[in-house]
Amino acid sequence: MENLQHSEIITQPEKVIEVNKLVKRFGHFTAVDHISFDVEKGEIFGFLGANGAGKTTAMRMLCGLSKPTEGKGKVAGFDIEHQSEQVKKSIGYMSQKFSLYNDLKVWENIRLFAGIYGMNDKDIKEKTALLLEQLHFEKERNVLVKSLPLGMKQKLAFSVAIFHTPEVVFLDEPTGGVDPATRRQFWELIYEAAAKGITVFVTTHYMDEAEYCNRVSIMVDGRIEALDSPHNLKTEFEAHNMDEVFQQLARKATRKAD
Amino acid sequence: MSQNNELKADSNCQLSIVNYQLSSVNCQLQLPTVNCKSISKAYGSVQALKEVSIDVEAGELYGLIGPDGAGKTTLFRILTTLILADKGTSTVGGFDVVKDYKKIRSSVGYMPGRFSLYQDLTVEENLTFFANVFGTTIEENYDLIKDIYQQIEPFKTRRAGALSGGMKQKLALSCALIHKPTVLFLDEPTTGVDPVSRKEFWGMLRNLKEQGITILVSTPYMDEASLCDRIALITNGQILKVDTPQNIVSQFDNILWGVRGNNMHKLLTDLRLHPSVESCFSFGDTLHVMLNNNALTTTALTTWLSGKGHQDVTIFPIEPNVEDCFMELTKQ
Amino acid sequence: MKQFLTFVKKEFHHIFRDHRTMLILIGMPIVEIILFGFAITTEVKDSKVAILDTSHDVATRHIIDEINANKYFNVVEYIHNSNDIQRVFQKGEASMVVVFEDHFYETLLHTGKAQIQVIADATDPNTATTITYYVNRIISDYQQTLMGQNKAPYQITPNIKLLFNPEMKGAYNFVPGVLGMILMLICAMMTSIAIVREKETGTMEILLVSPIKPIMIILAKMVPYFVISCFNLATVLLLSVYVLGVPVAGSLTGLILISLLFIIVSLSLGLLVSTLTHTQLAAMLVSGMVFLLPVILLSGMIFPIENMPMWMQRLSDIIPAKWYIEAVKALMIEGLGIMNILKEIGILSLMTLVFTAISLKKFNVRLD
Repeated sequence: MENLQHSEIITQPEKVIEVNKLVKRFGHFTAVDHISFDVEKGEIFGFLGANGAGKTTAMRMLCGLSKPTEGKGKVAGFDIEHQSEQVKKSIGYMSQKFSLYNDLKVWENIRLFAGIYGMNDKDIKEKTALLLEQLHFEKERNVLVKSLPLGMKQKLAFSVAIFHTPEVVFLDEPTGGVDPATRRQFWELIYEAAAKGITVFVTTHYMDEAEYCNRVSIMVDGRIEALDSPHNLKTEFEAHNMDEVFQQLARKATRKAD
Repeated sequence: MSQNNELKADSNCQLSIVNYQLSSVNCQLQLPTVNCKSISKAYGSVQALKEVSIDVEAGELYGLIGPDGAGKTTLFRILTTLILADKGTSTVGGFDVVKDYKKIRSSVGYMPGRFSLYQDLTVEENLTFFANVFGTTIEENYDLIKDIYQQIEPFKTRRAGALSGGMKQKLALSCALIHKPTVLFLDEPTTGVDPVSRKEFWGMLRNLKEQGITILVSTPYMDEASLCDRIALITNGQILKVDTPQNIVSQFDNILWGVRGNNMHKLLTDLRLHPSVESCFSFGDTLHVMLNNNALTTTALTTWLSGKGHQDVTIFPIEPNVEDCFMELTKQ
Repeated sequence: MKQFLTFVKKEFHHIFRDHRTMLILIGMPIVEIILFGFAITTEVKDSKVAILDTSHDVATRHIIDEINANKYFNVVEYIHNSNDIQRVFQKGEASMVVVFEDHFYETLLHTGKAQIQVIADATDPNTATTITYYVNRIISDYQQTLMGQNKAPYQITPNIKLLFNPEMKGAYNFVPGVLGMILMLICAMMTSIAIVREKETGTMEILLVSPIKPIMIILAKMVPYFVISCFNLATVLLLSVYVLGVPVAGSLTGLILISLLFIIVSLSLGLLVSTLTHTQLAAMLVSGMVFLLPVILLSGMIFPIENMPMWMQRLSDIIPAKWYIEAVKALMIEGLGIMNILKEIGILSLMTLVFTAISLKKFNVRLD
């Protein structure tokens, strides 16, 4: 009996994100309403919700950018309320809006962000060469980021976000507007990162991308209304695809005016 | 006498048939509502549009579909008389975009890609302002915008900057419609909008189409293609194909296989190693695979995969979608 | 017309709803005038006065007592001959000398006229103007009292003489200068920013794709700034006259006319900037660096133009504010009439024409 329990503890996967009844209020408005979930190491976790459902607010709290009104949260083992500096050091972040400095060259961007996360020059140099090779970007090394096509930029931005091998990488609509082929290559990069043990926390408006995730949560009006693997969600909601699941849940939203 | 009458009636009938045929001939001769002929436009060394030609018929819901940087906005700006093309001619509603730009400006509605209303004016002030700019009033064309505007009317005293994404979009559409335009240009109206609001928005567009408005809409979301009457796939400043979404899908000239397994990422990398696999991409919960060797049977492939450690693999033929077609056309 | 009014209304909404803009537009002129004015009025207290009085009669004693009793003056010395006047000034013993003519009261009674010479040190022109003004008041008060008693027409003529800086360079220069700066700032900078903002936020795209004439959009943008500029003109003038005591010595009509003209020049400059720039930041930098800085440096507001090297003087000729400030000085301080500023009116009109012509030529009915 004791043995069994012991083995259970060993096989229990490491939790990289632990969130317990997290609340964020702005005045009388509850943007995030008691959300609780765990994300395991190496998992690809889809964080879905309609505009204004509270995704961005929740993500800001997890990144240590905003303090929760109530509840507890841990990212990479650090408390998001009291150890936000350590949290920031152990995560990577990429959004569609801001990713890289357009007026810096490719290698300068890599060096800058690696430097910000405190990597030493030798590591930066070696890893930069490796990264450019993997992305087939050797020729673009000295090119200004603004002259890269959007797809290339997004792939580079993702690689930069995980350059310092963070515990978790947060991706805020990383593939918006990108052409279909690049979008798929982007997801292959995400899979590779996850295989290396980097946990991926991603928001997207493409419902086919939700299917790539190991587990998906759907937020409606500040609460998590569903959380499971895409397969289980589709079975539960008797839907053919994630879009139908999403439509069923998000249509229940009463909050419209935020 | 009576015979004569009958004859007369008959000839009348024939006459009207002739008339009818004539008018339909007229229709065919008439220019389409939007007509572009070999439009090219460059910004410095970047060629934004290369010899683009499209026709949009009256009353059509026409989609311009392609990723960011494909040239969609440039084409919209040329058609809305905001910029001049380097080469080629275009007409909107029969008017030339260069010579008759004033006539076009008073008859089309335009909703640019980013939210372009006054954030410091209220919902109602924005709408009133645009109504006045077009020399009309909200009351005069209320019927047209009623369904859309009613959803945001409870918030009419709120400043536009404080609206949610979906509501901003509805306000922008109301403003673009307030003067009852004959042609509506919507540049990426659904970008960054969640799937529910997107579906709602397309519902509104269908309703507007019912009311006889010609709509030209651009989008980077390939799954929205099926909601259009006809689509033009565009990338790198060139039109890949123009047709109905159904025809585009049916003209996909390869067999597409769907493959599913337990470890999708490993399955993907392994499949790409198979000599007969021409392309393999993940697509939602399924891998979309094209083969260069039609002799390869699914059984043979399953066996090959199980040799790589993949059990429980299912392989089945699937209907390609617009995104598959787009990727295939881009490759060519 | 309705379209146009809608536009103007919208522009006012933009301005009134942005508290920072409001603060700049309405608050700044008041603060600047008060600050400058405050810095000046404090200097006038307890000015040292020397008296040269050979008459020693009832009248002179009365006037001297009045001067001494005034809070602005302090009679520090009685001198006995005119050679001492120079010494008093040079040693800085007094900043003003009041000289009564010989047999002052007698002359006044017999001829009905008498003279007082007021000599002031004009190295600090602001103080000099203020103190001579106050002495004038004291003298005319006394004259009133005399006339009230005797019902005879007595006339005491104060003869004011300014030493060291007789033309009063720099006196109240800040009022014309501040006026020029404020009008330039509001008209040129704020207008260009307001137009460019529409380009930046993308609303210009929608407006261009509408039947409204693009030039109407621009004109409508100018109206609120024109109105606000007029309001500021009034505020600055009222503050100058009633709070700082700077009189409008010359033609008020001329002053208003030339100010309106300058507002129009500045508006056309703002329009020009807006056609050349695409971002609010660029518009602000261009108006700031190309217009505002030269206005401050080259318009004679801080440094007298006469002291500048020749090439700089020529450079200052192309600054509209230089001509405006010169005209305002002539009207407000030198007390000249409208006929004396015809040259400035001509130059500013020409500038308006040129700027408007260039911007209309540059103005695009399309995006690029």
